Amino acid sequence: MEITAIFQIAGVGIIIAIMHTVLKQMGKEDIAHWITVLGFVIGIFMVIDVIAKLFQEIKSIFLFQ
Amino acid sequence: MEIIQVVGIGLIAALLVILVREQKPQFAFLITVFTGVFLFLLVIGKVGAVINVINELANRSGIPDVYLKTILKIIGIAYVAEFGAQMVRDAGQESIASKIEFAGKIFILVLAIPIINVIIETLLTLLPLGSS
Repeated sequence: MEITAIFQIAGVGIIIAIMHTVLKQMGKEDIAHWITVLGFVIGIFMVIDVIAKLFQEIKSIFLFQ
Repeated sequence: MEIIQVVGIGLIAALLVILVREQKPQFAFLITVFTGVFLFLLVIGKVGAVINVINELANRSGIPDVYLKTILKIIGIAYVAEFGAQMVRDAGQESIASKIEFAGKIFILVLAIPIINVIIETLLTLLPLGSS
């Protein structure tokens, strides 16, 4: 887990926003929305990993098991 | 000087959130969650060290193991509940956040019941009325 993941998520967001704008200009709004969903899922996968790690850590530290 | 690291990460994350929120609020939320978890993970190692010391002290002073475990569990529940509630509140769902906090309070109460029981029993043995 690295701090660069923050930049990765932000980068994905910006790129998706640009693609959304371009596709909207081309008149393909449905594809634009699907791309937004796809990017969001990619971001969620990044975040889920970290959250799982956090919960594991809390479990081990506070004697939950 | 890890505090400089923490402040730097917070500032950068806030900047990125402002940058992204205009176009795609979903990603702003993801960055917020990630930053929160990251900072939490950065600090929680230190908490573990402190808790180890407390554990050792409790072992040496002969306090029953159950009490310390209960207290640690309560602290853990409070941390997690607070964290989750804040994340959900950031997403704009005030009502779900308050439900999470409510559930945390209930779980803490359930964990505390054995200790309350012990206190009341001790009190009853101290009272002259209880023994008659």
